[in-house]
Amino acid sequence: MSGHHDVSFLAPKETSFKSVWAWVYTLDHKRIGVMYLAATLLAFFLGGVFAVVLRTELWEPTRTIVNEAGQATVTGRALFGWKENGQQVTANNAYNRAFTLHGTIMVFLFIIPAVPAALGNIFLPIMLGAKDVAFPRLNLFSWYIYVFGSIFAIWSIIHGGVETGWTFYTPYSSSTNWGGVTSMVLGAFILGFSSIFTGINFIATVHKLRVPGMGWFDMPLFVWAIYATAIMQVLATPVLGITLAMLVFERLFHIGIFDPALGGDPVLFQHFFWFYSHPAVYIMIVPGMGIISELIAVNCRKRIFGYRAIAFSSIAIAAISFLVWAHHMLTSQTAALNAIFSALTFLVAIPTAIKVFNWIATMYKSSINLNTGMLYAMAFLFCFTIGGLTGPPLATLAVDIHLHDTYFVVAHFHYVMMGGTVLAFLGGLHHWWPKFTGKMYAENPARLACIMVFIGFNLTFFIQFFLGTQGMPRRYATYVDEFEWMHKISTTGSYLLASGLLLHLMVFIQSLMAGAPAPKNPWGGLTFEWETESPPIEHNFPHEPVITHGPYDYDTEVPPHCDPREWPLPDQAKVAALSHH
Amino acid sequence: MTSLPAESAAMDRELEPHERYVPGHHWRNAQDEMEAAKLGMWLFLATEILLFAGFFCAYTVFRYWYPENWHAASRHYLNWKIGAANTVVLLLSSFTIVLAIRGAQTNRKGMMLVNLFITELCAAFFLVVKLGWEYAPKWQKGELPGGFFTYGGHDASHDAHAATEHASWFSTLLSVDHGHYVTNAYDHIFMSVYWISTATHGFHVFAGMIVIGWAMWMAARGHYGPKHYTSLENIGLYWHIVDVIWIFLFPLLYLV
Repeated sequence: MSGHHDVSFLAPKETSFKSVWAWVYTLDHKRIGVMYLAATLLAFFLGGVFAVVLRTELWEPTRTIVNEAGQATVTGRALFGWKENGQQVTANNAYNRAFTLHGTIMVFLFIIPAVPAALGNIFLPIMLGAKDVAFPRLNLFSWYIYVFGSIFAIWSIIHGGVETGWTFYTPYSSSTNWGGVTSMVLGAFILGFSSIFTGINFIATVHKLRVPGMGWFDMPLFVWAIYATAIMQVLATPVLGITLAMLVFERLFHIGIFDPALGGDPVLFQHFFWFYSHPAVYIMIVPGMGIISELIAVNCRKRIFGYRAIAFSSIAIAAISFLVWAHHMLTSQTAALNAIFSALTFLVAIPTAIKVFNWIATMYKSSINLNTGMLYAMAFLFCFTIGGLTGPPLATLAVDIHLHDTYFVVAHFHYVMMGGTVLAFLGGLHHWWPKFTGKMYAENPARLACIMVFIGFNLTFFIQFFLGTQGMPRRYATYVDEFEWMHKISTTGSYLLASGLLLHLMVFIQSLMAGAPAPKNPWGGLTFEWETESPPIEHNFPHEPVITHGPYDYDTEVPPHCDPREWPLPDQAKVAALSHH
Repeated sequence: MTSLPAESAAMDRELEPHERYVPGHHWRNAQDEMEAAKLGMWLFLATEILLFAGFFCAYTVFRYWYPENWHAASRHYLNWKIGAANTVVLLLSSFTIVLAIRGAQTNRKGMMLVNLFITELCAAFFLVVKLGWEYAPKWQKGELPGGFFTYGGHDASHDAHAATEHASWFSTLLSVDHGHYVTNAYDHIFMSVYWISTATHGFHVFAGMIVIGWAMWMAARGHYGPKHYTSLENIGLYWHIVDVIWIFLFPLLYLV
């Protein structure tokens, strides 16, 4: 093999022009993954800025205070006074746009591509022992589609924003004259294609590029999760595509399908939209669950409990996800439909709980390595369990009438998405950071940041469950005075959360600039990515790797490149039993 | 490695591109590569079906709500003869593209090129009929989607045809005897579903023409042969799905 294939995939080329070109026209899944990672982190930052803006607006309710001198001051209008096209924007309107932009950016630009397209792209082929994904050109193409769609979304922000909410409900979205709606919807439509192509690529890769000898049940659980996600991406996203296309037609040609003024049905839009967007929330969480399986197995140095149950529960979640969309409309349907969708929704709790119990069983009596990744895995278990258990109350018909469209829903959603996916993503980022950058990060500052994120997150969102049960509706820029103390706690928490995330950013920058070189296998993993160099060479492995053990065989294997003296000894009886075969 | 006589004979002349084909560097062999490409294409076809499922779903909902209206609109606005002609043409083109693939498998370049050309002609015929004999008159009469629907029930061009005694067999074929027609409340939604679904399908036919044209260029340059014709087969699969979607659109819109 020629020399340049043996160097790191991050190594610059001979000239700076060639180096740039090598990134722009790269077919290497790792480089594409790194580009996705950079873009999604930027989107996370943007969406985070809007989140802090929202929480700042909610610090105080809007009210007029008159002092002894008779002077009146108005509080709680932090967003008031923004000027746009020379016109002043009211606080309410600015708030509407801020939460829409927070939602659309976080959902379509960050959380959907974050784990599969960024971390999945980098590690899925390596974990299978492959040189690349099945269709490298399609992979690069989907990255450029992502950039193209993002430009539409960003353009709509500059062009006055969108105030429909990330769900684009009709008839408001089809009739509002605010400039950004069409371009934002087109942006989401285009981003959908990127997601579909990534999904097709990963399914074909898992089917056709596993190293010889690797059966389906020898795959790491992260691969299983990405595979289940890819199925949902491929089968759900086209429906979003056609829904958003019809919404654009509705705005441009007034086709009347969703517009009640023309005889159409706005609730039909909700059915269409949630047929995609409910599977989409599992597209967001299932890859995160895959990361957690890796984090817990590696850092507990123990065979994962119930491998097949975890693998199949991912597929079960994918299957059930297509049958529950109408629970978003439980307050507006016939009783019979509601009963069916309520029952189907409860089913989701089963595969989800299977995973949580298996992770906890894996941790039982293990020797845990408490690095930042593992701290995040434990934070995930705590927050995701709360997020998961607040799902059944929302699926319960009578209770949902009370909780629908309140902060209870906001808190539930954020406990699953942020407390689930984002914490898992951050854990995975720390877990694999040394592998794909070749640099170690500073462990203690990262642990501190993790604790800040964990406390800040819970401070922000836990109180919102109570806000919701007491009747605070979502998407309002102001509220009655009784809610003020709870909103103040929430906003304080969000600042702590943001500080924790900024500390993570500093840790990463410090690592890139001055981090110690990473060994091949810093945490003692048994999957293929820990057998390559850190960072991996251009074709991942010098030779096609040979599969000699399962991904979690800690009871019989000492992980490669690890000092056996620092490692719990394998179970000698099992090793002896294996050698007899 | 000993080479068979046929192989050494092939070595004497300059090899065609398809004979020199090597799979991508990350594939163990060409077989795996082709199977993956076909798997990817089937997944893509599944997304196409789901995309059109949105239209079929909208169709079903409105048909369920306004059955008489939709029946009358279908009878009045759409001419089943034009739809039938296009159906026949698309079915024929699906057959010819299979023959083209057979040509690649049996290493007959002429058969491949002729059949791809016929497929291309059929696609062009479909689009010309669609644009010239359906969209253009509908546009003129104001039979447009939703808010742009201005048709008042009075069919001026139809009257003009009836008035002239010189109506040829061809124009007779294309005209539908509407009799007296009073527009219904939801005709504009029927036209919306008609326009967006057939236009999206027409766009797929157009995209098909581009990729079939590319396949002709590849075939002419010798890139397809018995051992390598992956993209040709995938284009064939795509073309079949375009055909199948029309097979559903035609009866639902024109006949039912």
